[in-house]
Parts: sequence; structure tokens; C-alpha cells
Amino acid sequence: MSILKVEEVSKQYSGHLALDKVSLEISEGKIFGLLGPNGAGKTTLIRIINHITAPDSGSVEFMGHQLTAKDVVHIGYLPEERGLYKKMKVGDQALFFAKLKGLSSREANEQLRYWFDRFGISDWWNRKIEELSKGMAQKIQFIITVLHRPKLLIFDEPFSGFDPINANLLKDEILKLRDEGATVIFSTHNMESVEKLCDDIALINRSRNILSGNVNEIRTRMGRGRYRMSFEGDPQRLIASLGRVVVDAKFSEDVNSNVIKAELQLQPDAPLRETISLANEAVELVSFDRALPSMNDIFIRTVAAAEQDGARPVFKE
Amino acid sequence: MNNNLFIIIKREFMERVAKKCFIFTTLLMPLLMLLMMAMPTLIMVFSSPSAKKVAIIDETGIVAEPLVEQSNEDLTFVKTDVALESAIADEDYYGVLSIPADVVENPTGVKLYLHDGGSQITEQAISGMIDEAVRQQRMKKYEIDNLAEIMTYLDVDTSLQTIRIQESGEEEQTSSLMSFGIGLFMTFMLYMFLLLYGQMVMTSIIEEKNNRVLEVVVSSVSPSDLMLGKILGVGLVAVAQVIIWVVLICGLSTAVLPLLLPEGGVNAASSPELAAAVESFGSVSFILTLFGYVLVFLIGGFLFYASIFAAIGSAVDNVQDASQLTSFAVVPIIIGLMVGLAAGNDPNSPLALWSSLIPLTSPMVMLMRVPFGIPAWQIWLSVGLLYLSFLFMVWIAAKIYRVGIFMYGKKPSVRDLVRWARYK
Repeated sequence: MSILKVEEVSKQYSGHLALDKVSLEISEGKIFGLLGPNGAGKTTLIRIINHITAPDSGSVEFMGHQLTAKDVVHIGYLPEERGLYKKMKVGDQALFFAKLKGLSSREANEQLRYWFDRFGISDWWNRKIEELSKGMAQKIQFIITVLHRPKLLIFDEPFSGFDPINANLLKDEILKLRDEGATVIFSTHNMESVEKLCDDIALINRSRNILSGNVNEIRTRMGRGRYRMSFEGDPQRLIASLGRVVVDAKFSEDVNSNVIKAELQLQPDAPLRETISLANEAVELVSFDRALPSMNDIFIRTVAAAEQDGARPVFKE
Repeated sequence: MNNNLFIIIKREFMERVAKKCFIFTTLLMPLLMLLMMAMPTLIMVFSSPSAKKVAIIDETGIVAEPLVEQSNEDLTFVKTDVALESAIADEDYYGVLSIPADVVENPTGVKLYLHDGGSQITEQAISGMIDEAVRQQRMKKYEIDNLAEIMTYLDVDTSLQTIRIQESGEEEQTSSLMSFGIGLFMTFMLYMFLLLYGQMVMTSIIEEKNNRVLEVVVSSVSPSDLMLGKILGVGLVAVAQVIIWVVLICGLSTAVLPLLLPEGGVNAASSPELAAAVESFGSVSFILTLFGYVLVFLIGGFLFYASIFAAIGSAVDNVQDASQLTSFAVVPIIIGLMVGLAAGNDPNSPLALWSSLIPLTSPMVMLMRVPFGIPAWQIWLSVGLLYLSFLFMVWIAAKIYRVGIFMYGKKPSVRDLVRWARYK
């Protein structure tokens, strides 16, 4: 079931088209990666989902109905550029934001105690934000984002500014929230974390959604005909024996052994068993694997391809 | 009122009221004002001239006498026959006064030589005495009997009592000087509040924008609620401050004023201005009416100007960039003060009337006119127009704010602001 359905959403800023008929659907209880180069329109989309700005056209459906201002109490948003009231005490500040999200004082206090205990920061309550380090303030900001148990969480580059230990702690918290039923939109440039965390993704480039779907499916689809093998023998002989099936091949020799590694791009319709036996006759096969492309590769390839055939103007008056 | 707006107002209000400097200024300001009023007296008391001895070299032989006669413990005149150089050399003298022979005909050549820096009070006293001595000499020339008495008789000092006929037909004794004083006080107070608190709204929005805390807040509250909450929160602080002052002033005037007055009250015949002032400020209801007007125009004027400041604050990244745009709010406020001061001299001139109705200048100018007892319909029309236009201003400002808070980097022009206001 989808918790959020964005349909044909467009948004224009003084001649600049920030979003061009973007559609996407986010399944409940999943982690959804919102990817794209800087300035692609991700932040605009996030603001529309947060009901901060309204789209010029198109619709946003949240939990089966048109998104309204009231729905923001079910959404938690951690912006990329973090910020809190510097002169306000940690506890007062967290209570202020919790109340804005519709929590009563009692509920807010309960939740705050839970999270402060969990992060071991109960003694920070009366300190001002300006007295905290950047990492400490980030923790407070995370707590403020999740305090009201939102159904939909939006994290924009959540790990930036955290040391590896705290980044890991944060990752575990995000996964835990997901396991407890929350849906997560995760906007990042860190493709490794996308592979680890995301179930589905959408790739926005130049205001358009150019690739979306399940991460594994996308990787499999984009990796069709890509294999990784290692063998002992003569690369030239291997190529000759495989013939037309090979579109592209890259070899790398290991200095410490005579095993050679190869990355092969085969014809998409190449018969796999036959290819393997042909290869085995030509050289001594050590291993033969399907090579899934990294999300990083997919990102770069997809954006580059879109730039090539879609060199359309993004400015229109 | 929606709940989130209330939460924002509360935060803005508490943040400022809990500050030490707010408590400090709020309690200290009335005392400071009292001190300022008492300042002229205090200066006179503490800076009365110390005993000074002045030597007079008098070439006329007649002007020095009256001066010597008028010597007092602070200022002593001694006639001397020694040459100017040796008199100056005598450290015993505070100064040497040289009076030329033709002083009666041409009193411009009088010179006062001093060892130390001069004192304005002493100089004025000396020149006043010479004036009197010369006048006496000139009068003698006419050889008219009793001329001195005639001159005193001709020196008329009228004490005018103004009685304003109220609409009810009642007569009320007024004093234009006092009305002017009260108007000046109220206008100036409003001017300070509009500038200080208006800019407070602006800088606080710029700070939120720079902090990026704004993005978090608007993910829970609509931008217009946030803006309105800030304006109302800061406005409440201003209102709270005025109310605290009213309470303090009422307390001071009922408790302290009677102690300061001579027994039996002020003689109304000899100093009607002072008598009227004492009577007015001794009355709590008078003070309450006065501050009632201040509050009505403060709230209207503040909401109007704070909206402009808010729109400007949302559009820029830092206070430096704002300086050019703020002139759109600051200049009308200053013009309002200037026209207000002019209106104090002629409260019923067309300029005063119109500028007290037009919302940009009306708060300042109207407060200046109110103490002069103008028709009630003018006040209500002015208030009505002011409050209608602040609603309009808030509406426009919210439209600019909504776009401005997400604009970073570029320093916006007025044209940008107009374009943002037109966005759907």
C-alpha cells in the first residue's frame, strides 16, 4: 500500500521550472531513496510533500487523501541545513517543536524522556544549543524530527556531520523506526548508503523523474549482460572463443598470482550456459559471477544518458 | 485562534520578556525619564560657579560701579587702575574685564580675559550685568523723571489662560504648552517603539533564516502563521512594556508627587502651566487616557510597520543587505515624527490633519494632535484607516515572506519583492 502518491507535480519559480510533471509512489513501511544531482528539484519536492509550498499543478495524496496542512503532524522532516534556536534551552526547544506537531505537554515530556535516555543525553536539558557541539546539536535535531512518532519521515542527508560511530547509531535508529512501521524518505548523495538502506528509489534530474523503482530490480535490470570472471590463461584466446557475444571486456592482472580478472559486458540475449562452457574451453575458469552495478554507476550512467538525449532547455518563460 | 499560532506567539513573547535586559530597561526607563526631567535642576545645583574675582579696567568710569555693587559670593568685581598686562599677569584674578570708553554708544568692544576655560553661566551673567548698566546710562541721557519705573511698567508679561469649549458645552482649562509637551512625549515614545520593535522583528526573522531553523519550523507551521506569530509576539512585548510603565508611573504619581509639592499646592495664578501639569499628572485617570491613546496607535502602527519589516527581513540574508530596503519603513517613521513635531505648533493645519489620517504617518502625528482636543471623529477615522491598512499590509507581507524565506544568496530589489507578492 502506498502512503504517498505524487502525481504529475510541477512547480515553477520565476521562469525556472523546478519540477516538471514528477510522479512517484512511496510504499508504506519502506525506505525510499530520493536521489539526484544538486539543483535537480529534490528540495522543492520535499517542500511540497511537507506542505511548505504548494505545487502549481498535479496532486499529492497522503494516506489515501489529498495532502492538507493537518497532515504535517504525521510527517517528520530533517532538513539538510540543520538549525535550531541558538539561545533556547534544549528541553524548551524540544517541547516547543513537539507542541507544534500537536503533542500535549505530557506526551511531549514522556517522549522526550524516552529519547534523551536512549541517547544518554538527559543532562543536556537545561543547556543552550549554542553551548553544544555540532554533533550534539544534530542529535537534538534528530530527536525533534522523530519525537511525534511520524508516519512519514523525511531525512535530507541525515549522516552529514556525524562521525562514523554516531552515523551508525543513527542508521540503526532509522531502521528501527522503519521496523516499527514508519515510512522513510531518504535524500542523499551517498550511494553506498542507498544500496544498504533503500528499498525503492527515484532519481530526479533536471526537474524530472528519470528513473524509479525497486533498488534490486533496477540493479538487476541495469546489470543485464554484465559479468565478472577470473581465470588462468590467455585473454586474447578467451575473447576469440566467445566471439560476437562480447560487447566490451576489461582485464586486470593480479601481480601475486597468475589469475586474471575480467569485467565483461555481453549481449543482453547471450545464452549464459553456452558462454560459460565456451569460456571454460578457452581458459581455466576460476569464478564467474553476475556483476550488479553499484548505485553510484547507475546514478552516473543514468544522469549522463539523460543529459545526452534530453539536452532540453530547463528555462522557459 | 489556531493552536500553532498561539505556540509561536508564546515562544516569541517569553524569549524576550525573560531576558534580563528587558526587565532592566522596563523597570529603569521610568526612573531614567524622571532623572532626565530633573536634570536641568540638578545641573544648576551642581554646576553653580565657584567664587570668582574679576578685575575691571573701566575706561568710562561709570559702568564699573553698578557691577561692583552687584558682586555676590560667587562673582566678585574689583575695580582696578593698573595696566591691562599687569592685571592679566595677576594670578589672583579669575579674569580681567576691559570696558572701552564708548561702551554706552557701542557695546561691542567689551573684552573678558581669562586664565582658565570660560564658563557659559559666568559669561552670561557678566554680559547681562553690563547690559543693565549700559541701559541705565542710556536712560539717564533722556533726563525723564521716573523713567526706570516707566520702563518696568512697560515690561508686560501676559499670563494667558486658554479655555477649551468641549462638545458637551463644558469648559475645560487647557494649556497649549502642556498639550505640546504631552504630545511630544507620546509621539516620541511611539517613534522609539516603532523603530526598536519593528527592527527587532526584522533581525529576528533574518536570524531564523540564517540559522536555518526556519525550515524546521515551517515544516510544522504555515509560513504566514509563523510571520504573524512573530509580529504578534514581539508586539505583545511592546504592549507589556507600556503597561508596566503605566502602572509604575501611576504609582509614582500618586505616591511621590504629593510629597514634592509645596504645602497648599501650586499657586494657580502665578504659574498656571505648572498648576495644570500637577493637576493632570496627579490624576490616574488622566494618565490612563493618555496611555490608552498610545496603546491604540502603538498597536496599529506597530502591526503596520512590523509587517513591512517582516517582509524585508524574509527577503535578505543579513542585516547589511537589509539596510537599503529598511529605508522604506524607517523614512516614513521619521517623516511621521517630523510632521508630528510641526503639527505640535499648529495642530489644525491641513498638513497636520491629512498626515494624521494617512496610515504611514498617522500614528505619530495623531498622537501629537490628540492632547490639543481635536474632534473625536478624526481620531476614530484615523484609527479605522490605520487598522484596515495594517490588515492589508500583513496580507501583502505574508505573501512576500512565504517566498522570501527560501531565497538565499541574491540581494533582492524592490522589484523582486513586488514580483513575489504577486505569486499565486
